[in-house]
Amino acid sequence: MTPQSDSGLPFEHVLPPEDSPAPSKGTIRVLQLYPRDMNIYGDWGNALVLAQRLRWHGYTPELLEYNVGDEFPADVDLIVGGGGQDSGQLVIQDDLLSRETVLKQLAEDGVPMLVICGLYQLFGKFFKTRTGSVIPGIGILDVETNGTDERLIGNVAVSSPEFGTILGYENHSGQTTLGPGVSPLGTTAKGTGNNSADGQEGARYRNIVASYLHGSLLPKNPALADFLIRTAVERKYGSFSPGTPDDSYAVLAREHAARRPR
Amino acid sequence: MLYISVPLGKFVRRVSRLRGGGSALPGLVVEKIDPGFMKRTLSTLPLGVAVVSGTNGKTTTTKMVVELLESQGLKVFTNRTGSNFTRGVAAALLGEVDWRGRLDADVAVLELDEAHAVHFVNQVPPRYCLLLNVLRDQLDRFGEIDKTAQLLQHIASKTTGTVVLNREDPRVARIADTVAGLEVRYFGLDDSLLSTFPNDDEMRAAPGSPVPAAPAKPHADVVLRRVGAADADFEYDGVTATTAMKLRGVYNIFNAAAALTLARAIAVKDAASGLPAQGQKAADNDGLLAALSQVAPAFGRGESLVVDGLPLDLVLVKNPSGFRLGLKSFPAAGYATMIAINDNYADGRDMSWLWDVEFDTLRDGGVDQLSGSRAYDMALRLQYDDVAIGAVETEIAPALAAFISGARDKPKRIFCTYTAMLAIRRELSKITTVEVVS
Ligand SMILES: [Zn+2]
Repeated sequence: MTPQSDSGLPFEHVLPPEDSPAPSKGTIRVLQLYPRDMNIYGDWGNALVLAQRLRWHGYTPELLEYNVGDEFPADVDLIVGGGGQDSGQLVIQDDLLSRETVLKQLAEDGVPMLVICGLYQLFGKFFKTRTGSVIPGIGILDVETNGTDERLIGNVAVSSPEFGTILGYENHSGQTTLGPGVSPLGTTAKGTGNNSADGQEGARYRNIVASYLHGSLLPKNPALADFLIRTAVERKYGSFSPGTPDDSYAVLAREHAARRPR
Repeated sequence: MLYISVPLGKFVRRVSRLRGGGSALPGLVVEKIDPGFMKRTLSTLPLGVAVVSGTNGKTTTTKMVVELLESQGLKVFTNRTGSNFTRGVAAALLGEVDWRGRLDADVAVLELDEAHAVHFVNQVPPRYCLLLNVLRDQLDRFGEIDKTAQLLQHIASKTTGTVVLNREDPRVARIADTVAGLEVRYFGLDDSLLSTFPNDDEMRAAPGSPVPAAPAKPHADVVLRRVGAADADFEYDGVTATTAMKLRGVYNIFNAAAALTLARAIAVKDAASGLPAQGQKAADNDGLLAALSQVAPAFGRGESLVVDGLPLDLVLVKNPSGFRLGLKSFPAAGYATMIAINDNYADGRDMSWLWDVEFDTLRDGGVDQLSGSRAYDMALRLQYDDVAIGAVETEIAPALAAFISGARDKPKRIFCTYTAMLAIRRELSKITTVEVVS
């Protein structure tokens, strides 16, 4: 059904009026990659969590969007991108390849990025479909993905040396293999992760976190969200002075989620 | 075989009823011993079979189509008990046929789950199909929305007469391109109502972000023009008619347009051409509208109960579009609000969808009570939308008791997933009269 972008509903709350009288410690520009075509499975939650936590830490979030055909914004501090239907991936493919240079530059410069599922795959070297056709990725991550008939679905728990236990939900049929240029985000304690063979989930490279996990990923994993925020702030302002977000619901949501079946 | 399978199936059906068992076992028995039973029986219907499928609203829509057709004097067979899979249809048939296997009906209107509908139409090609929508709901089972659209397309491809499509859902409307040679009818929405029907794909489109230009829309047989507090305007045959509605919620009333389109295709078409089909009475639009105004919602879809002399609304939510529509259709002002989110298999295990719903409309009054196995996921979601939370209790029974005793003087509303709704109804039946559905 045709959306009404002027209905004012979807984004009203994204940047509610500042209610804290304290002066902002600085502005962080968060870019969502392809929210129009790659926003399935609650990927919006990741952008919302970054915006709110920046606020709770005393910073001002500025949410930017990049969709197919847009001009690529300057001065980006943090990038987040999600998964999509196969059809969504087809739509963004050529556009993403045309942005390979700028995204590579930002990645090498240490800009923190979170790429989930579909964009995780396309940030890799290629995606080879079941029928053998090869969709080129932008090769920032040394990973390759092969389409399969098997859909990996369910709750996932990952043990990560950097972030502790990461909880989420996976739903993908592409299986990703890591090359020597990246490390895994962690090992799977529950669920499958990158592929059904090696018990690993996600990929880490410079300040990029790549993962198959939805859920959305960041709300129940505030340590991961704060890593991205801290890195963005330190890059821009030299140091990060955190606030004190109330994570008691996140702690309880994690406890209950961890007990749910696969 | 014919004369053994039906009595035997009926016998199993009776026994399994006595034992309080489900409806599928007798269907399984008759399927095993007489695999042609369903097709043979349904093919005797003079007006054929109509299949209703899609992600959201099948049950209420099917109920509406049945009541509309009955208002035209037709005898309708339907799978009322929610057995929306092939074996359930066989079981429902067993309950209706006489001991010789004859079904006394003019037409069958069957609600079928997308995946099961594919098996069904391979066995019994329907004369009509009504395809409602493809929403983000069943990803756990089917993987992708596009896959669900393919399932619906398969139903259309097996249809022999008329395909009724939602003009406003691009994945459904597109099916028209694949069914050359069939009659295609659409149901549609007035432009002014489109914004209340977010599309999963574009739910996140920000103000100002260019939306691809929509292609010119085809003519719709029935268009929902306006939704009032207790009435609605439908346009068909070039006139706009106002009718009272018992159904609540914009999405239910849009499904009424869908039901009206299918009912007109089945009952009115031949009357309009002056050629009543198969001896049926000439159908009349006034009669259809009168019947529509009397339709009450099906089990659990936005029903209103009474607790302590005040209304308590149950609103079933199972996907982001449905939740957004529920929030929009039932304004929070003046109501105490509870949300109960379970993640059992029937609800879907993936909680990602909660992050595709905005809860800012609940900010003013807050949410009094959260419950369900994923109550804390919901709490976290509300925290990020700056919505105040009264209490969180994962167990449904104590949460419901606290909610009711904490808001005795207020009308109440509970947004709940499917299995949470079942649990809430069970608890409520201990304190109030809950409509019994068999
Ligand atoms: Zn995914």
